[in-house]
Amino acid sequence: MNRFDYVRPATVAEAVAAAAQPGSAYLAAGTNLLDLMKGGVMRPARLVDLARVPGLDAIEALPDGGVRIGARVRNSDLAYDPGFARRFPAVAEALLSGASAQLRNAATVGGNLLQRTRCAYFYDPASACNKREAGAGCDAREGENRLHAVLGWSEQCIATHPSDFCVPLVALGAVVEIEGQAGRREVPLEEFHRLPGTTPERESVLAPGELIVAVRLPGEAAGFAGHARYVKLRERTSYAFAVVSATAGLRLEDGAIAEARLALGGVAAKPWRVPEAEAVLRGARPGAEAFRRAAEAALAEARPSGDNAFKIELARRILVRALTLAAAGTPERLPALPASPHAPHPGVSLHG
Amino acid sequence: MAELASSAAHVRHGSSIGQPLTRRDGQLKVTGGARYAADNHPPGMLHAALAVSSVARGRVTGLDLEAARAHPGVVAVMTPENRPALAQDPNDKSGPFVFRMELLQDDTVRYVGQPVAVVIAETLEAATEGAALLAPRYAAEPVSTGLEDGEAFVPPAVGVGAPAEVRHGDVEAGLAAAARRVEAVYETPAQYHNAMEPHAVVAAWEGDRLSIDTPSQGLVMAVGRVAGLFGIPPENVEIRSPFLGGGFGSKGAISGPQVLGILAAKLVGRPVKLVLKRDQMYGPVGHRAPTRQTLRLGVDGEGALTALHHHVRTASSRYDDFFEPSGSVSHTLYASPAIATTSDAVRLDSGTPIFMRAPGEASGSIALEGAIDEMAAACGMDPLEFRLRNYAEVEPTSGKPFSSKALRECYAQGAERFGWSGRPLAPRQMRDEDGLLVGWGVGTATFPALMMHGQARAVLRRDGSGLVETGAHDMGQGAWTAFAQIAADSLALPIDQLEFRAGHSGLPDAGIAGGSAHTATAGMAIHGAGADVIARLAELAMTDQRSPLFGAGNAGVVAREGRLVRRDDESRGESYAEILARAGLDEIEGRGTGAMDQAAQEHYAMHAHGAVFAEVKVDPELGQIRATRLVGAFAAGRIINPRLVRSQYYGGMIWGVSFALHEAAVVDRRTGRVMNANLGEYHVPVNADVPSLEAILVDEVDPHVNALGIKGVGEIGITGSAGAVANAVWHATGVRVRRFPIAIEELLGQP
Amino acid sequence: MSLSITLTVNAVPRTIALDDPRVTLLDLLRERLDLTGTKKGCDRGQCGACTVLVDGRRVNSCLALAVSLDGAEVLTIEGLAEGEVPHPVQAAFIEHDAFQCGFCTPGQIMSAVGLIREAQAGDDPERVREAMSGNLCRCGAYKGITEAVLEAQRRLAADAEEKAA
Ligand SMILES: Cc1cc2nc3c(=O)[nH]c(=O)nc-3n(C[C@H](O)[C@H](O)[C@H](O)COP(=O)(O)OP(=O)(O)OC[C@H]3O[C@@H](n4cnc5c(N)ncnc54)[C@H](O)[C@@H]3O)c2cc1C
Ligand code: SF4
Ligand code: FES
Ligand code: FES
Repeated sequence: MNRFDYVRPATVAEAVAAAAQPGSAYLAAGTNLLDLMKGGVMRPARLVDLARVPGLDAIEALPDGGVRIGARVRNSDLAYDPGFARRFPAVAEALLSGASAQLRNAATVGGNLLQRTRCAYFYDPASACNKREAGAGCDAREGENRLHAVLGWSEQCIATHPSDFCVPLVALGAVVEIEGQAGRREVPLEEFHRLPGTTPERESVLAPGELIVAVRLPGEAAGFAGHARYVKLRERTSYAFAVVSATAGLRLEDGAIAEARLALGGVAAKPWRVPEAEAVLRGARPGAEAFRRAAEAALAEARPSGDNAFKIELARRILVRALTLAAAGTPERLPALPASPHAPHPGVSLHG
Repeated sequence: MAELASSAAHVRHGSSIGQPLTRRDGQLKVTGGARYAADNHPPGMLHAALAVSSVARGRVTGLDLEAARAHPGVVAVMTPENRPALAQDPNDKSGPFVFRMELLQDDTVRYVGQPVAVVIAETLEAATEGAALLAPRYAAEPVSTGLEDGEAFVPPAVGVGAPAEVRHGDVEAGLAAAARRVEAVYETPAQYHNAMEPHAVVAAWEGDRLSIDTPSQGLVMAVGRVAGLFGIPPENVEIRSPFLGGGFGSKGAISGPQVLGILAAKLVGRPVKLVLKRDQMYGPVGHRAPTRQTLRLGVDGEGALTALHHHVRTASSRYDDFFEPSGSVSHTLYASPAIATTSDAVRLDSGTPIFMRAPGEASGSIALEGAIDEMAAACGMDPLEFRLRNYAEVEPTSGKPFSSKALRECYAQGAERFGWSGRPLAPRQMRDEDGLLVGWGVGTATFPALMMHGQARAVLRRDGSGLVETGAHDMGQGAWTAFAQIAADSLALPIDQLEFRAGHSGLPDAGIAGGSAHTATAGMAIHGAGADVIARLAELAMTDQRSPLFGAGNAGVVAREGRLVRRDDESRGESYAEILARAGLDEIEGRGTGAMDQAAQEHYAMHAHGAVFAEVKVDPELGQIRATRLVGAFAAGRIINPRLVRSQYYGGMIWGVSFALHEAAVVDRRTGRVMNANLGEYHVPVNADVPSLEAILVDEVDPHVNALGIKGVGEIGITGSAGAVANAVWHATGVRVRRFPIAIEELLGQP
Repeated sequence: MSLSITLTVNAVPRTIALDDPRVTLLDLLRERLDLTGTKKGCDRGQCGACTVLVDGRRVNSCLALAVSLDGAEVLTIEGLAEGEVPHPVQAAFIEHDAFQCGFCTPGQIMSAVGLIREAQAGDDPERVREAMSGNLCRCGAYKGITEAVLEAQRRLAADAEEKAA
């Protein structure tokens, strides 16, 4: 790990001022940042520790029925907050399917949004990577890319965003509250992460030094609570990133879908909301046929970026699965294996 | 003398053998008190970190020494320029299992992850960053990375000096005459041992005396290698290795990085600790070589094999030899009038592969069990019935009888426990209540009952207590406990009266902890040492007129609970302490040796066996697999401690699951880099991957393997299991995947 | 740069002068405080061997900067037993042979203690397996681990009930 200056600001303003210096990085729990620094992937000159910044660790109910989650709220605290989990069960399920209990106990909301890709070439300083070093090339393009993006990628970068948490968040219309030297602004999560295009090194709309202070879910997002699920496909039962994942939230009226919220994970450089597919479902009767149509719409633009064509069909199927589970209703209690295809689903007919 | 050889397997014997004692080192291990190599911190110690190459072939043309040295706390940078001299060229090959090392002898790079410099610093942070700052530059050359690359050749030998080709009968004729044939190509990937404990060394020199803490599966061999390299007498080298945090073969021979730590200590004249980073374990400390195995089987109209050909393509490194002996399972497992195993290999720009838990047997077993399953299906036979049809009553290739073989009982007990009889013949017939596909598979487990060469020393002390010592290695198999049990019985003492010492190079050579042979080898040495002490003690007593045992003569004496008694009248006897006191001795010492019985070897084929039954569930649309239930029934001769042995079997079975479903090195074809050189993406099973395991210990008495009747248990669990899981995936899905680990995308075809 | 932090380690408050902000909690414990019971298996959050409790919660000490934890309470494997009396999780690990080489064991045990405090798994073995999946065991002692966690949890609950009565 490179040497760095360590500062521990006592207020948001101090933090933002400290981080305005080039080469600075915020330190939340450090579960991603320190990992990358140990690998020589990131070498910030100064760490601005958020540990003592007040006002970042609350989960607040909002008057509209929504919730405001401080940037430093720990992943597990959020997932196990009974009020939150009841209103936003798919978010809790996604959180609990991520990483491990230890990591979730440390990892923060802000850090989860800003965690960087797990692309192995990004992680390997000896490989060419446009994201690590603008213009260096992309060794993943012709390399081991079975798990890379199938949506929204560019010739310059085919990496995916690895977060589980962000997938239901984006589906539910979360908003990111940002504080910078110029003051406060808000960005919908859907617009927060950037697709690679020709500048894969720029991953979000944050300007250097800007701080995430909170993430908000609007009150209407709780309207999906009765029919909301997250499903995550992994190469082992737990403690693994998603090959692909999907969330579905449904608002049913008179047996028909009044509104659907759908998003995919592990398929693109951002959590991938699919409004086209949501539109397909509006007014439809829940069922295999409608779900498959939605899935087709969701992946209409998908194309393989390497040895990963299978992910396209897999993404369709996992979206259908998420929809099927959501339609059956959110379970009373999250399954023992959150988001896992191997979690039992009593009373739901999943497989035709 | 304690009678050990005659009782049935793992029934309670004497007071200790066969008892499910908890681990004697348990308390230390659950309190953090067990000291592993990297836990040592001698005064004045410095930290060393490796800089390793990121290219697979070429030369190092530059290192940024200035940057590294300028980092505060960096004390020295060791490169080929200033590396202390060695008495031997690390490239010299003095024996087939003396592996070439990269000890900064020159600027050559032969694989990714090869050490190219060592940075020594006051703190770990400084050493680590110093190593990163070296930023080596290279002149790189084109690399070979796959089994297709380069010219294949027939290796002179495979595994531990086994012939690359074994032919028994006429395979081509057998195939020609067969009613049915199966030909299948199975592929297994490079795998890395990934013991949880990274290789570590803490080295301190005093003049030309060297003291090291380092995990070792072969202390005396390590001493010899180190002494040879440094040109010092072996008695000047002291290695402490009381606990290994797992080895699985990667800590058998001392590795280059461990020697580099010793060199670093020499360079700076202070104690040095060097611990590998996890990613640095994907190169210089060995791996299981990839294989591509072609199996050709023929059967007659009754489903009896007429021919079996098992061809193995594997790979060694460009600069040294180790050839994964995957064909060996086919020599013993199924009866066939014609069996051939052949091998060829290519050379890759990788580190040299080495033994990894069940070397050859694991990779060979998953392929053979798959092909056997394919043939059973082709014959429309239940796979267990097919295996029984082809049960080998004698070892097929050698024609020797088995020293013991309770495999039929393993099949029967395992099948019964698993509920195999309800299995539908055709695949894709079973679903669970959630609609997941369910499949059941079976695999036969086998592993040779080997013995190395080992020694032990036993002492009875005047206070009636005993001491037994041997340089045995505890890698987790339970050496501290099982050997103490054998030792206690060999001296006929309660185990709490016994002091047992191991894990130190100054003790008698216990041989290598490998080949599942450690318990048999060191156990026999201990057994012999105890017997030797008791014999000497009996001699003392029987020739002493004052002893109640005087003149016991032909009737003889036996040892019981710290006493010698007359065999013909156990009420007549006296305690060890009394005998020693009267003789005016503080203690009496004996020695023992454990070694293979050559004569028995010539007459018998010696193997442990087992049958593993696996259930998997597969999501029919998404392809995610979970091994939901495994039942293994194993027969491995006498069981010293069933609690520890069960744990060995569970561990092996989990390795089998891992082989079939999880672990593989992902190698970039262009560079030879392992792109998942970590524990996040190199998947080994987590707790949730193995919800249900059962191991049945099947009784087996083996009068031939050794006097204790011990076979090995450490490696057999992975064999059979891997195939059983893979076969269960086929049974669940109807898709026969022949490349491991089974990838999700292979199962997506049929929604 | 010298940074001074205070940490309560195994109930003992300590003031620690750090010469380097890069020191992780794990390396602080192992290399500077001689608390080597906590193990380093990967140093990257991928194995769980370094699990300790920080302010009562299990975390990976390899991915935490010591300096950032100023003021925290840290419990490591060395501080778990009450004198000579092993913690019920420790006792259950021995009884269920929940380890082989023992290298992952301190992390498994601290993780189990954290899991029991979290009180989310209940007596469902599947939840325990999932919740213990952040601790790799290459020896494959998972079966014993799950059994040990369940048993220790029962015992702790029984002890607590007894105390309450
Ligand atoms: C082994 C392993 C497995 C994992 N598995 C999963 C998984 O399955 N699913 C999943 O979703 N995640 C997984 N993760 C990732 C984990 O979720 C992230 O590491 C974690 O969420 C990051 O949070 P943190 O607080 O530690 O962030 P840090 O590491 O402290 O920060 C991450 C980045 O965000 C920036 N940052 C942090 N907070 C702010 C803020 N408030 N404002 C501006 N910038 C900020 C930092 O500067 C840094 O660049 C895994 C991680 C590991 C190590
Ligand atoms: S895919 Fe993106 S992150 Fe990966 S190597 Fe290419 S540019 Fe870098
Ligand atoms: S050492 Fe911290 S998780 Fe592996
Ligand atoms: S006991 Fe060896 S790694 Fe778990």
